Amino acid sequence: MTDVSTLGDWRGRREAFHVAEPARQLAMLSAASALVRRRILSTISGAGLGHVGGDLSVTDILVTLFEGVLRIDPAEPNWPLRDRFILSKGHCAAALYSVLAECGYFSPERLAHFAAPLSPLNGHPNRRKVPGVETNTGPLGHGLPVGVGCATAARIRAEDWRTFVVLGDGELQEGSNWEAAMYAAQRRLGNLTAVVDRNRLQQGASTQDTNDLEPLADKWRAFGWETHVVDGHSHAELLEVLSSAPGDRPRAVIANTVKGKGVSFMENGVEWHHKVPSAAQVEAAMKELAS
Amino acid sequence: MSKEDSSTGFDCRVAFAEELTALAEADPRIVAVCNDSVGSSNLAAFRRAFPERLVNVGIAEQNMVGVAAGLANGGLRPFVCAASPFLTGRALEQIKADVAYSGFPVVLCGMSPGMAYGELGPTHHSIEDLAWMRAIDELAVIVPADPAETRAAMRWAVAADRPCFLRIGRTKVPAVSPEGQGFELGRASVLRRGDDVTIVAIGTMVSRALDAAQRLAQQGVEARVINAASLKPLDEATILAAARETRGIVTVEEAVVQGGLGSAVAELVSQQHPTRMRILGVTGFAPTGSASFLFEHFGLTAANIAERALDLLRTH
Repeated sequence: MTDVSTLGDWRGRREAFHVAEPARQLAMLSAASALVRRRILSTISGAGLGHVGGDLSVTDILVTLFEGVLRIDPAEPNWPLRDRFILSKGHCAAALYSVLAECGYFSPERLAHFAAPLSPLNGHPNRRKVPGVETNTGPLGHGLPVGVGCATAARIRAEDWRTFVVLGDGELQEGSNWEAAMYAAQRRLGNLTAVVDRNRLQQGASTQDTNDLEPLADKWRAFGWETHVVDGHSHAELLEVLSSAPGDRPRAVIANTVKGKGVSFMENGVEWHHKVPSAAQVEAAMKELAS
Repeated sequence: MSKEDSSTGFDCRVAFAEELTALAEADPRIVAVCNDSVGSSNLAAFRRAFPERLVNVGIAEQNMVGVAAGLANGGLRPFVCAASPFLTGRALEQIKADVAYSGFPVVLCGMSPGMAYGELGPTHHSIEDLAWMRAIDELAVIVPADPAETRAAMRWAVAADRPCFLRIGRTKVPAVSPEGQGFELGRASVLRRGDDVTIVAIGTMVSRALDAAQRLAQQGVEARVINAASLKPLDEATILAAARETRGIVTVEEAVVQGGLGSAVAELVSQQHPTRMRILGVTGFAPTGSASFLFEHFGLTAANIAERALDLLRTH
């Protein structure tokens, strides 16, 4: 790894976060996002594969959840009362791994082995090999049903942990999501939050030109979900909606994002879905992310 | 009507439902998950006893299996109860990724498999399920032959705490399990001794295999009958012993002849002790007819099993 700086011990950081003034909290999240974005870049360029555009669009969502919202203990990843986090868009594993490493689930040095032969850090996450991963994702449309199951389990067991699922917007074209959405509303699973990384691009084109999702917020509302639309790169907006007390209905957060966020020549470029940057491009990107 | 018409005997779903309620009484982690199938999966009593532990997701099989994986993640032990064609066909990728590859202890219960739905036709027949389930790594595939074996397999599944598929028959079957016999994964049971030919059967076909052996005995042929309820993993030692000690193996299953029991036995013996085989099963989409009519149509009768065994011995 070229970038070995860390944010320090996660527990200490979490404690500091909770007592910090709001402005300080946002500064902490910004610093974490910048570090995670650099880690994503170096991880993908090292492996020679990955999904950099979506990794960068989802970064602020992941950072806000793991640094500021989730009730977790990276030292005890199987703690029964932990909040569950599921990355349904499993192809953005490099972003998830980078965040998990910053939280201390494993050493950031292991990111250098992303997608290497026999590495636990597979191109899509494997819960049996990577602490902090709750279910194996990759095929789209799988995370929300599993999240509904988690939230139902908490309900049946009368436990207060919550479940958060991050979905890509393109993957909402999979019907299984809407099966899950319907049932979550039927059960009034207020302990479930779905965050849509609304970067408006899928693998080959915009969502609008492929299978238009709009009016997306209306769709979630029509399915009975408490629905919010936020700036998916505003830690303040994300923190507010994700940490607010659960209601009596499942919560959908449509987080408007930019694919490739933070690297000017990647932003909103459909080709950066899974294009791998050259060494020169990584260098340029790192400069932008450092500033 | 054929004399093998399944008008007598036991519907394994009844034993399944009773056992599930009993297991749930003893273990608060056990929940039932279904797809609007409270009636067809016989879950009404379970619902009365544990209303909060019945998760009915509606007509949505992909969600059903994903939800089951999530329930297991949350510390519960789900039994997914749904008609086998829809459970295994519609939710195949969820079974692969969310249950087997993720390693969650979910018990997938394929109800009314094979051609149990008779006249409803091939959309409702589950004849491909064994091939599909066998292809998924880390998924145990179990086909109980009667109510006692159904109960034993369910108790095993709770203790095993791993992904598994149980095929729960609707077609009535007689009791074939030896009194008091439990279920052990990877263990077949030899229900009849014989050294001339072997019949390996599963599920609804086990009693027919025993009947076929009786017919063969009348002609002086002693057939060994093996119930391979643990389809995956297969009891390799018992099958290989049959390959060595008898003159050929006939397999019988209420499923397509590609990828199921016959294939499993052939994969084994062809590499370790090649022997002659006859693979009996379903050879295509069924025409309209009752389950018993379709058994006749595809030759899944004691008479035909015996005939095919004799044919195998004649050409030996």
